[in-house]
Amino acid sequence: MAELNKLGLAEARDALRAGDVTSVELTEACLTEIEGAGALNAFVHNTPEIARDQAKAADVRIKAGDAPDMCGLPIGIKDLFCTKGVPSQAGSRILEGFLPEYESTVSGNLLDAGAVMLGKLNMDEFAMGSSNETSVYGNAVNPWRRGNDEAALTPGGSSGGSASAVAADLCLAATGTDTGGSIRQPAAFTGITGIKPTYGRCSRWGVVAFASSLDQAGPMTKSVRDAAIMLEAMCSHDPKDSTSADLPVPNFEAMLTGDIKGKKIGIPAEYRMDGMPEEIETLWTQGREMLADAGAEIIDISLPHTKYALPAYYVIAPAEASSNLARYDGVRYGHRAKLDQGDGITEMYEKTRAEGFGDEVKRRVMIGTYVLSAGFYDAYYNRARKVRTLIKKDFEDVFAQGIDAILTPATPSAAFGLGEASDDPVQMYLNDVFTVTVNMAGLPGIAVPAGTDAQGLPLGLQLIGRPWEEGDLLNTAYALEARAGFVAKPQKWW
Amino acid sequence: MSIDQSTAARVAKLARIKVEEDQLPALASEFNTILGFIEQLSEVDVEGVEPMTSVTPQRLKRRVDEVTDGGQQDKVLANAPDAREGFFAVPKVVE
Repeated sequence: MAELNKLGLAEARDALRAGDVTSVELTEACLTEIEGAGALNAFVHNTPEIARDQAKAADVRIKAGDAPDMCGLPIGIKDLFCTKGVPSQAGSRILEGFLPEYESTVSGNLLDAGAVMLGKLNMDEFAMGSSNETSVYGNAVNPWRRGNDEAALTPGGSSGGSASAVAADLCLAATGTDTGGSIRQPAAFTGITGIKPTYGRCSRWGVVAFASSLDQAGPMTKSVRDAAIMLEAMCSHDPKDSTSADLPVPNFEAMLTGDIKGKKIGIPAEYRMDGMPEEIETLWTQGREMLADAGAEIIDISLPHTKYALPAYYVIAPAEASSNLARYDGVRYGHRAKLDQGDGITEMYEKTRAEGFGDEVKRRVMIGTYVLSAGFYDAYYNRARKVRTLIKKDFEDVFAQGIDAILTPATPSAAFGLGEASDDPVQMYLNDVFTVTVNMAGLPGIAVPAGTDAQGLPLGLQLIGRPWEEGDLLNTAYALEARAGFVAKPQKWW
Repeated sequence: MSIDQSTAARVAKLARIKVEEDQLPALASEFNTILGFIEQLSEVDVEGVEPMTSVTPQRLKRRVDEVTDGGQQDKVLANAPDAREGFFAVPKVVE
């Protein structure tokens, strides 16, 4: 079999079970590819020895007939997941040298299922960013380019390394996390599939916390089928995360029939933004036609508070971040600043955090501190939480009308150039305008590659589902994927 | 609401992040840009709306109040920048 690294999870699983290939062969193919892909800066901590050992163990399990779906499949893990004995820095200087003594529940679930960890993937610092430009490791780079233009493009963020690695076939799939769009936006920018499940589906235990009421893990894959397979392996009820749902995890792959006849798909008027590029508008119309062609009923809907999701997010997420990131104090783990004669504990905190955090993280921690401070708590934080209630109610109302899923663009543009958008923080925040509502309402959302722009860059559509109905959502995405027929791959330049 | 330099300095202090004096004007200006964006929320009628406490309706699970974990001092201290005699070490706190 040629070019094993280009396989998806489902194909590789079937080939492993048929005895056509071994996990060791798959793993070696990926390791070779990673070695040659330094220019993408996607993998930032490589774990070839661990991968080889896990691949050998997986081959034994497969031979013995004890092989869950993920067994033997080489994947990458976002740096936000704590992985036992392997650097886990959340893309931050403040966690330099941190070696977790434990494994996150999600990565543990994948490893228990026999998945092979190739290494850790680049990301925006503490998952705060939409371009992977706030990482201590430097920018991850999109394998896609604008035609023959050599300008380096962002793979999106915060799961930029995951997106770049999957799109460039350095691994079969990768984990991501999504607080405001950090799985779906990079997936759309790189022509891959990414799903954020319902809040509570994946345990947050051992995932470095950004905004705990919004954070969810999910898979980033080469197809909807792969997303179904990997999501099932990642989900579980976990007593160590009190917000983890005590619900059975369905066999998502078995729900992929492609039959969406009679499903009601909502098209929200408020997602038609001023100044939205023509290409995005066209893609959205095409997506609507594809779902109608598959037998779905297309219904115009209204989600009136959409406009306020992003500003409310930029109160709630920084507020939670300022609280979560208080733990980086130079005492228990990570970086501690060198102190001057006479410095006390306050100077230690202040210098450690000034040296350890990058500009965007500092900005958000301080904004969060401000909106939670005495005198502003009601005006900002409480008001944002009330607006969040209204945003969630918008969705509940349309679901109560019988809507099964909502179709929107995934992003307001194709991938932009590295350095093109980093000057103005608010401009950067607008990247998440279509995805952030989903986190605010705790719903599942999936980005599916659906077309390309005039310069040949991938564009994605987003489907939003009812809570806990990821299986149905994946099936709708499967029908969309089949009709979009997106097969383009980036030309190798790295 | 406009943030001046002294407010920016106070916020930095509350957040325990050292910001040099000459960086304060730029920081205050960034705060104002972001807060200007957030200001839109004041347009929304939130009269009688409950602030969200949990995005999915769920009751937190209860369990028996008993020790389920512990005895891992070495692991707890393994990543400390400065650990001595089984404790985290920090600069002098009490004068």
